[in-house]
This record gives sequence, C-alpha cells and structure tokens, in this order.
Amino acid sequence: MTERLSPAERTAALESLLVERELVDPSVMDGFIGRYERDVGPMNGARVVATAWTDPSYLEWLRKDATAAIADLGFSGPQGEHMVVLEQTDEVHHVVVCTLCSCYPWPVLGLPPSWYKDPAYRSRVVREPRAVLAEMGCPLPDDVGIQVWDSSAEVRYLVVPQRPAGTEELGVDELAPLVTRDAMVGVARL
Amino acid sequence: MDSIADMGGVLGYGPASRPMADEPPFAEPWEGRAFAMTVLAMGRISGRNLDAFRHALERLSPLDYLADGYYGRWLNAAELMLVESAVLAPGAVDTRVRRDRGEDVAEPAFPEPRKPEYAPSAPGSLREVADPPRLAVGQAVVTADVHPRGPSKLPAYLRRRRGTVTAVRPAHVLPDTHGVFVGENPQQVYTVGFDSAELWGPDAEPFRLHADLFDSYLAAVTGTEDS
Repeated sequence: MTERLSPAERTAALESLLVERELVDPSVMDGFIGRYERDVGPMNGARVVATAWTDPSYLEWLRKDATAAIADLGFSGPQGEHMVVLEQTDEVHHVVVCTLCSCYPWPVLGLPPSWYKDPAYRSRVVREPRAVLAEMGCPLPDDVGIQVWDSSAEVRYLVVPQRPAGTEELGVDELAPLVTRDAMVGVARL
Repeated sequence: MDSIADMGGVLGYGPASRPMADEPPFAEPWEGRAFAMTVLAMGRISGRNLDAFRHALERLSPLDYLADGYYGRWLNAAELMLVESAVLAPGAVDTRVRRDRGEDVAEPAFPEPRKPEYAPSAPGSLREVADPPRLAVGQAVVTADVHPRGPSKLPAYLRRRRGTVTAVRPAHVLPDTHGVFVGENPQQVYTVGFDSAELWGPDAEPFRLHADLFDSYLAAVTGTEDS
C-alpha cells in the first residue's frame, strides 16, 4: 500500500496548484476563514434564543417563519435557506443530526463541532438517542420523550432550549451568554 | 447512494464523544485552508452545486472518507471533482507534495478543463413548483424501495418504512438529478415522522424520528397512521 500523505501537506499542495491556475486567491481564503472564526458562530443563535425568551411576539414569529425572524436579527446565508425552530419543553426533548453528511445551520451556529461530524454521533443518535445523549453528558429522565430530527434535505433546525429558572430579571444581553451551542442542537440542557 | 456517507443506524464507531466547550471551528490550520479552498473552488467548477459536492463525498473510498476527518474528506472530494472536470491532472496533488518535500518528480501538465454544463435557475436549493403539495400533514406514507447508485437523500435506514407526514416544506432541487448535472427537477419536500419501533424493531428505545424527504420518495398509504 502506498504511503498516505498528510492532509496538511496535501492541502498546501492543492492550494499552490489552484493559485497557479488563478482559481483561488489566498487573501480571499483568509477572509473566508476569519469570517467563520470570528463572526459566524453560536453567539448568533444565542441571540435568537435570548430574544425569543424575552419577546413573545418574536417567539411567535420564529414559530411561523423562522427564516425571516432570524434574518431580522442579521443572520442569513448558506446552510440557512429554510430555518425551523424546535422548542424544548418539560415533556419533549429535540435533538438534531445529519446522517448523510453533516448539514448544520451555519448562519446561527457557525461550522459544526467535531462531535456533530463524528460517525459515532451520526450513526447512533437515530437508533438509540437516549443512550447517546447520556454518553454525551445529557441524561434525560424517563418521562421526557425524544424527537430526533435528521436534516436530510435543506431544512435547517435550531433548538430553542428552556429558559433557566431564576433568569426572569435578565435581558437579552445577559441571557445570550447562557445559551450554549450544544443546547441549540439538543445534546445539552441548560 | 449506498455508501460510507450514509451512516444512520450503523454500529461500530464506538461511543459518542463529549462536547468540548468553546471548541474552535478548525482544529488545525490546514482545516481552515481546506474549508475555504473547497468552497471557493467549487464555485469555479460547478457553480456551487452543493449536491454534486455531496455526491463526490459519498463516492470516496471509506478510507478516504474517514482517515483525515471532516475536512480531510472535503479535501478529497474537492480533488475528485477538480480531476473529473480536468482542472487538475490525476495525481497532481500528490506529485506536488513530493516536489515540495524536495523529491525529484515530474509534475503532470495542467489539462484542458472540461467543466460540467451547469446553469442553476436561481441561487440556493429552494424553488417554486406549479403543483400544490400532493400530501397533507397527517397522511400516512411508505418510503420507496430504492438502492441508488447515484445521489439520493433517502437514507438507507428510512427505505421501505411507514411514517406520517408531519410538515410540508418548500420545494427543493432534487439531488438525485441535480447532483449529477442532469437537471434541477424541483420537488416538494415533506417532514415525515417515524416511530422508532418501525425503524429498529419492537425492542427499540421509544422515540420519534423525523426526516425531510422528497416527494418521489413517498407513496401515500390508506389506513391508520403508523402510531
């Protein structure tokens, strides 16, 4: 069997070939990388959730047309063409996966974390979600029903976690930092 | 396609990993380069035909799909598409690596590109269709018995299963044809709910599974709902 070349070396080689062909511009690449390192991430979704917690009319808009309601806060773009929100309750726990690739709502959560892309998660959360959630540190009481959402087309799901008790006095700016990426996919509760 | 990418229900990958707080988007610098390059280069060769890129991912060998993780498979799928459209010669990337290491190797010449014919009718994947939705919320359905060699968004674990339409979504371009550059053929998409016992047998954990499925994957059935 031939030696497997490292992905770092192969990435550098492909970049130099595409630059020679004038198909990519490294400075455009830098801008693109920086955008997903700094500007597009779970802080966007946290803003959506905190707004929904504090503004009943915004929550109603999210339920009716999440794409528009989310765009109204400034978040739209690739992998967010048609957004749907799923609300956690005392009785129902939602969890999202993409078994076929790793589709994920980029405008509100950024690029997917490693566990979401991991074959262990993609393969088993549609088969034994309660066991998988427990392994990930999110054991659920037996009386909480589980709804698993396999993002197998272009619909993208954002989970709205339950507002933590004791936060009734807080506003959007104080609430948003409490909302985690994992809770917005459904592998953690707040 | 029946492939390594269609993972739902497969066992053997071990326990799920615990999430890390504040994980950066790219674990190593090459991952960010591979990400940006793939997105930009796909635009040049395929007009951002995301379905064609996903089909390239599922055509990788299991080793090439898994060995270097998510951005490793992006890199390999990008290389596959660039070679297929003759933007790069076969072996050009590996040869460049060896040259960069100081080996005395002859690099292949750049070929004459043969880009696929591709003109999307609109940006993105959502389209308007003339016909009203064929299925209504609450309709019992059974999924198709298919064994696709090309792109498909009907996962293997959801074939030949009975479920219930739980939402009507916008029409999308059909990956089965769009992903191989033979037409958008937009179809209505439905969210279909399945009982876990229908998917994994009577001893399954009790839960509901929802998936977003294209019109042609579904046949209406008469009778009671699945649960």
